[in-house]
Amino acid sequence: MQEQAAIHVFESEHEATSTGLPNVKLAMWLFLASDVLLFGALITSYVVYRGRSVVGPYPNDVFDIPFTSVSSFVLLASSLTMVLALASVQRGDLPRMRLWLLATALLGLAFVGGQVYEFTTFYEEGLTLTTNVFGTTFYVLTGFHGTHVAIGILMLLSLFSLSFGGRITQRNSMTVEIVGLYWHFVDIVWIVIFTVVYLIPTGP
Amino acid sequence: MEEVDTTQAEVTTSPPPAGGRWVRHPSPKEYVRIAVILAMVTAAEVAIYYIEAARDLLIPLLFLFAFIKFALVVLWFMHLRFDSRTYARFFVLGLAGAITLYIAVLLMFRTFAT
Repeated sequence: MQEQAAIHVFESEHEATSTGLPNVKLAMWLFLASDVLLFGALITSYVVYRGRSVVGPYPNDVFDIPFTSVSSFVLLASSLTMVLALASVQRGDLPRMRLWLLATALLGLAFVGGQVYEFTTFYEEGLTLTTNVFGTTFYVLTGFHGTHVAIGILMLLSLFSLSFGGRITQRNSMTVEIVGLYWHFVDIVWIVIFTVVYLIPTGP
Repeated sequence: MEEVDTTQAEVTTSPPPAGGRWVRHPSPKEYVRIAVILAMVTAAEVAIYYIEAARDLLIPLLFLFAFIKFALVVLWFMHLRFDSRTYARFFVLGLAGAITLYIAVLLMFRTFAT
């Protein structure tokens, strides 16, 4: 299956390194490994304090699962558009790469917009950062994730504008791949948050 | 999608352009296929959340679905299935650290105790 699924794409040569791997890509994977620890700590904090709030609102009072499910679909769709942008630049199709990059950024914006709407609704329902331990752990965890998404959007828009100045081409497609790695990481973190925070039921 | 198949035929039989090399990645068709599977698994996740009969199996099923989605994104979209194993080692190291931290803190706070 792998033979049928895989194609050969162009990857630009990198500087000679002791590992034989491009330093910049290795550095991104190291950063992602460290970011896993950050989100691991935040998710752990949420789970430890799950169901320990002594005053409401509780998760079941505020969560809107259909709305968050749509946000999840949006973020998953943005991962698809991101890999399609990478595939486009790897075969030298810059106009299509720009299109997919823009689509990814817009989907990311839709996700962040959804999160802002969700936070606003929760706030109006009485859940603030200091209302209870649920509020504290929830806002810190999802806020950090939202910040990561926002940084990702800035990176995508930077790639988009750099491509017009000839700074992003097939020859340095690894730049797009590295931004893509970050973007997919944001997606996999959301996969865990959606399950652990939203779907696993909690009592008060 | 068709033009990609043409590219594949060209690239596998021709030398790479100067200043680069050919590497194996999933095709755009395969990316779309993975995205469809991800969407279906997410739909299943949300569906079982509302099924009363599945309450007893809800948590194991949700973890299974999350694991499938996580693995699909990391292996195909992030290319760990195709790239050097060194990248995978770094990532797994971080993941193992996070899971160890998770279990240690939960044990410390007696979260598993009934």
